[in-house]
Amino acid sequence: MERVGTEQLATMPVEFKLNGRTVVGRPDETIIETAKKNGIDIPHLCYMPGLRPDGNCRACVVEIKGERVLAPSCCRYPKDGMEVTTDSERAKLSQKMVLELLLSDMPEKEYRLDSELDQWAARLAVGLPRFPGRKAPAADVSHPGIAVNLDACIQCTRCVRACREEQVNDVIGYAFRGEHSKIVFDFDDPMGASTCVACGECVQACPTGALMPAREAGLAEIDKTVESLCPFCGVGCQLTYHVEKNVIKFVTGRDGPANHGRLCVKGRYGFDYAHHPQRLTKPLIRKSGVPKSASFTVDPANWKEAFREASWEEALEVAAKGLRDIRDAGGKGEGRYALAGFGSAKGSNEEAYLFQKLVRTGFGSNYVDHCTRLCHASSVSALLEGVGSGAVSNQVSDVLKAEVVFVIGANPTVNHPVAATWMKNAAKNGVKLIIADPRRTELERHATHFLQFNPDTDVAMLNAMIHTIIDEGLVNEAFIRDRTSGYEALKENSKQYSPEKMAPICGIPAETLREVARLYATSKGSMILWGMGISQHVHGTDNARCLIALTLMTGQVGRPGTGLHPLRGQNNVQGASDSGLIPMMFPDYQRVDNPEANERFEKLWGAKLDTKPGLTVVEIMDAAYAGKVRGMYIMGENPAMSDPDVGHAREAMARLEHLVVQDIFLTETCYLADVVLPATAFPEKDGTFTNTDRMVQLGRKAIDAPGDAKPDLWIICELARRIGLDWNYKHPKEVFNEMRKGMNSIAGITWERLERDSCVIYPCENEGDPGQPVVFTEVFPTATGRAKFVPADLISADERPDEEYPTVLITGRQLEHWHTGAMTRRAGVLDALEPEPVCSIHPLDLAGLGAKPGEIITVQSRRGRISLYARADEGTPRGVVFIPFAFYEAAANMLTNPKLDPFGKIPEFKYCAVKVTRGGAVPGNPGYGKGSTLKTMYG
Amino acid sequence: MGGSDNSIPLGRGAAGSAASSSARKRGSPKGRRVDPQALGEVRKLLGGALRRRDLLIEHLHKIQDAYGHLSAVHLAALAQEMRMAMAEVYEVASFYHHFDIVKEGETAPAALTVRVCDSLSCEMAGAKELLRKLPELLGKDVRVIPAPCVGRCESAPAVVVGQNPVLEATVETVARHVRGRLTKSFEPKYIDYAAYRKAGGYALIADCLAGKLTREGITKVMEDSSLRGLGGAGFPTGRKWRLVAAEPEPRNMAVNIDEGEPGTFKDRFYLERDPHRFLEGMLLAAWAAGVGEIWIYLRDEYAGCRAVLERELAKLKKDPPCALPPIHLRRGAGAYICGEESAMIESIEGKRGMPRLRPPYVAQVGLFGYPTLEHNMETVYWVREILEKGAAWFASHGRNGRKGLRSFSVSGRVKKPGVHLAPAGITVNELIAQYCGGMQAGHEFYAYLPGGASGGILPAAMGDVPLDFDTLQPHGCFIGSAAVIILSQKDKATDAAKNLLRFFKDESCGQCTPCRVGTAKALALMDSPNWNQPLLKELSAAMMDASICGLGQAAPNPVLSVMKFFPQEVA
Repeated sequence: MERVGTEQLATMPVEFKLNGRTVVGRPDETIIETAKKNGIDIPHLCYMPGLRPDGNCRACVVEIKGERVLAPSCCRYPKDGMEVTTDSERAKLSQKMVLELLLSDMPEKEYRLDSELDQWAARLAVGLPRFPGRKAPAADVSHPGIAVNLDACIQCTRCVRACREEQVNDVIGYAFRGEHSKIVFDFDDPMGASTCVACGECVQACPTGALMPAREAGLAEIDKTVESLCPFCGVGCQLTYHVEKNVIKFVTGRDGPANHGRLCVKGRYGFDYAHHPQRLTKPLIRKSGVPKSASFTVDPANWKEAFREASWEEALEVAAKGLRDIRDAGGKGEGRYALAGFGSAKGSNEEAYLFQKLVRTGFGSNYVDHCTRLCHASSVSALLEGVGSGAVSNQVSDVLKAEVVFVIGANPTVNHPVAATWMKNAAKNGVKLIIADPRRTELERHATHFLQFNPDTDVAMLNAMIHTIIDEGLVNEAFIRDRTSGYEALKENSKQYSPEKMAPICGIPAETLREVARLYATSKGSMILWGMGISQHVHGTDNARCLIALTLMTGQVGRPGTGLHPLRGQNNVQGASDSGLIPMMFPDYQRVDNPEANERFEKLWGAKLDTKPGLTVVEIMDAAYAGKVRGMYIMGENPAMSDPDVGHAREAMARLEHLVVQDIFLTETCYLADVVLPATAFPEKDGTFTNTDRMVQLGRKAIDAPGDAKPDLWIICELARRIGLDWNYKHPKEVFNEMRKGMNSIAGITWERLERDSCVIYPCENEGDPGQPVVFTEVFPTATGRAKFVPADLISADERPDEEYPTVLITGRQLEHWHTGAMTRRAGVLDALEPEPVCSIHPLDLAGLGAKPGEIITVQSRRGRISLYARADEGTPRGVVFIPFAFYEAAANMLTNPKLDPFGKIPEFKYCAVKVTRGGAVPGNPGYGKGSTLKTMYG
Repeated sequence: MGGSDNSIPLGRGAAGSAASSSARKRGSPKGRRVDPQALGEVRKLLGGALRRRDLLIEHLHKIQDAYGHLSAVHLAALAQEMRMAMAEVYEVASFYHHFDIVKEGETAPAALTVRVCDSLSCEMAGAKELLRKLPELLGKDVRVIPAPCVGRCESAPAVVVGQNPVLEATVETVARHVRGRLTKSFEPKYIDYAAYRKAGGYALIADCLAGKLTREGITKVMEDSSLRGLGGAGFPTGRKWRLVAAEPEPRNMAVNIDEGEPGTFKDRFYLERDPHRFLEGMLLAAWAAGVGEIWIYLRDEYAGCRAVLERELAKLKKDPPCALPPIHLRRGAGAYICGEESAMIESIEGKRGMPRLRPPYVAQVGLFGYPTLEHNMETVYWVREILEKGAAWFASHGRNGRKGLRSFSVSGRVKKPGVHLAPAGITVNELIAQYCGGMQAGHEFYAYLPGGASGGILPAAMGDVPLDFDTLQPHGCFIGSAAVIILSQKDKATDAAKNLLRFFKDESCGQCTPCRVGTAKALALMDSPNWNQPLLKELSAAMMDASICGLGQAAPNPVLSVMKFFPQEVA
């Protein structure tokens, strides 16, 4: 007999008897699963596929011949020759008794129409319960998104497992004992006062309605469910919209490759912005004589002062004429450089593609960019230079296959919450998690090593690790020899950066730096994930170069559980960049000044193309300020909030002769527009979106757009026609098929396959290719096939603290708010959870100002000044404040420094000098948000 | 205005009803913040102790002991210090009776707690009256609460003042203890380390380690002796050693002294007299099964025994007779269920005492996931004597065809309650007459519990059934830990059954439906003068068949016994 390993043994079929019939199961498949495959449904409540079976409800007990008591079929594995009966009188008595006991404690009131307990009770013909009921616990409606109806709780702990084992948010506990056993939040606190981050996984897990979306959404008569995507971050969670009469009532997670049913608060509760009454429903034209001013005051309810409604025909013609006039003025085609376009990383691939094609073929220049410039441009420039591709090498979920995970300059529990769940799962499985960040964030609790380094000292810290790896002989010489170039320069450069020398600079003890470097270098698989803490510096490219060097010198790339993963921000920032929404590249990162690429696209598009790379976001603003760029078309971006030194950016836009803005709300940028075109929200259209994992996924239309709002693709095409392009795209599919002709990376992906599978990972060059989750396995996509080391030296932040401005400002995001807040502050639950602008500050620094938590403080830089509420946060280092940039009434970007990284042209959002003082003006009212949204929308 | 938020103090973010207000959201991140002062206090209490999660219950004890309760600020600080989530700390703290959680704005319990045992033997001896009278007599500064069996049934009614058990308590004796603040447990007189060694103690284990005895040899003796687990399940001891020894290393050992079965006090009895005999037996078992590390789990009610064990373990470790494996003493926190072997393992790991599903069995996947040899304290207590006197000596005892000796914890209406070492297979009639001095004056034998709360109730008419493993099953009863409670004509089987069901309801861990809900519903049905017997039988069947552990499976035994043997009481 041949020897079989344990792994093989675990999958060898097992023959056993199920209700008298011989069936084939597996040693790693529970009886309930095998039974289901064989058409036998066993009642169950605490069992839920995807969660660890717990076997506590005992509704699924079955009789196993020879055993004294019944066995829970959700936890028992079959053995050869076992005789299992699921429907004997004895088994049924217990199954029904369990249901009856639970039913006897259920409230009269129903919280959902499809309670699993009711369904099983009906199927097993359990009549009216014969036992007296318990004293019903009180409801907890302290949370704006989730209603806690413990009178319907059956203590099955699905929510506990969802919260603790799946999402690892660790908020829900199962406390007390016996009949007093109770689901609790933290210390049995009201949910709304707890550390709950409202991912809603517990709601999705609850079988009875004890945890439900607030405002009785569970009682809605759903007439349509639509499989789509989350519109927020780059993780790319798949979800299902539940629609009643063209209104999304609630959302559930879908088993997509990036999320496997998981969602975060934004994905689960942030959908109702689409129904907000401030949606733009008619095209608007600026009233003649109303001046543009950088110091406008936002009031979306009062737009009539500046704008008048117009027909689509009139608005499109005015929009197009303004662009045409500027383009065609000046002769010699120089007018084309007076126009620029900002596309959006929130739009689909098809929209991004058509937008850049419009600029390139309609305006005639490469003056097109989007917010990737503000998030990962430096990462992308370092990656293109080093490994020949700007995208991730491995999926986030590869952290589960790694031995060491190094997360630097990222706060994924806030910015990529579902991605963070995989990291937490990995940590729970014993993966060593190293977190490096100036701020102590939630993920720290799960880390084996936390390096709270000084802001701005990334290169010092990373060079010390590089030094250690060389110094201690931990490099992967074969990998360096066979797959890279430029190592000697790195080695030479690293000599000056010993951990001992760098320790006082970065604030991490030399021994810790060495230990972490050793761990990283010597593990079987080490993976690096980073965020904008790396990229948003004037030395952002250098920061990323160091990370790339770490992976190359240790050979920690090209295999599962290794590699480089810049966590992408927007839902389609990867796709928008891939689709060519960047000034120096055509789709698929083909440089505009590369004659071959130029020829390829001239042929594909049938137009003469400019070979001069265009300006980037901040450069375009500077050009507008200087009067060189005079007209712009902005789709779905809000530079009046998102650009650095936003006072300057607003002034630049105010100086434009002609500004066309296409959006779903009257954003701050719209206030400076000549024409505002009402577009569709995410759930109102079809299109493909590419997530941080290089997964191309299909978003599907769930609801109709309000009023006269039109699909973005339609608007781009109409505008294109009016500036002289002969376009006739009728469906995103046609655009996608054109893209495949210009982009080898997605050439093999068909629309039909996307419709069937919802997701295809690229590179997928030929139809039928499975797609490559892990790249760089054999070669790097560079000219030589080798990756390149680029050493980095220490460069200071552009604006260091001084006596006048002694504090460091870091900007970023909050869990609940997306980008500039236009959508999320108009989503009821998200607005209720974080209604107002806050500045995180260490409690001792706050006390030093003589101020208390919750008081108003004023933060001032050389560029501007804002007042907002002080939030005491021990995780913020001393001498540093953190401000999210989503709040118009205290716009963090009034303060930020527009100085750019020389390679990526990304501004230094993560570092500037400010002074903080106690007191200040009460933050104003932008006319939305501030805790008003729930009332506005639901009364 | 921002100034109106000044009242929110640092570190008390989630306090009170203002918690979800905009003021909270402005001033602090989500949820309760850690109070720096409380964090300092917790750090001081923990000192250099490891912050490992399995030590959570130990650390909770430190706070409870120092402050008399667990305040929310201390719990939050402890969570941060141990890098645990607040919910993880709270669910453990709230599971155990001996922890008093006091949230912001709540009043702390009185500094002194008086626990009145209200389990069956003590209830029969007047616990209810004590519970009625004591609160008023002792006043506001003392908290009087009922407590499940404290293991002093031979001296019923038992009342524990602080940690000091008052035996055969009256309101007067309790009041005297309270007035005098006599709250530390009295210490028994026992054979200490020096005396034990002097009398030849630890020579056996030293011989084992010196190679004079073999693992196989002593395992064989245990098998031949027919010694079975004395915690209640009765698994053959020698076979258990063999099973664990066959599992891969590392292997752990856990010793169960969570003696909580109402009516049982034999473990305490031996521990208070000859602790090293137990420790040597434990070491012998550990050696035989190839165990690398040992945990002893002692119920918190046995404060006197804890002092003894702490002191004697220290002596043993300081002057070891041979190489010792690491031995850890863990303190329970008031939970009957932790006497269940897998619940005890969970508790040793610092978690709620929730029994695990089996398979896998603890011999395969036990403490910290490793193969584990788990023994009741008394089981290993006998190991030395059996090895010294031989298997035949132990097996030579017994009556009615049964083999071995049993330590019966007898309480109730007999003249001489206490631990009586008697031959296995003895009948209750013989036990009462030959060991217990007969019935108390004025009491006639009416009924008896052969095996604590779980073992069912039998009528006097069945007083000639041999008491041993396997002999009582035909009657729906079992001997368990051999806790025999004698009822007289002045007692009612229904009252006893209700007392027991109330106990099971209070002590159910809350994990599985049949037990959590079933015990509560059964008790509700039993409160009716006319029992709904068909429904009770149906419910009992489901509880016995579908509960996860022995608690829920055995809880219906008294109910079924009453319906079967005492129909006149529930007609």
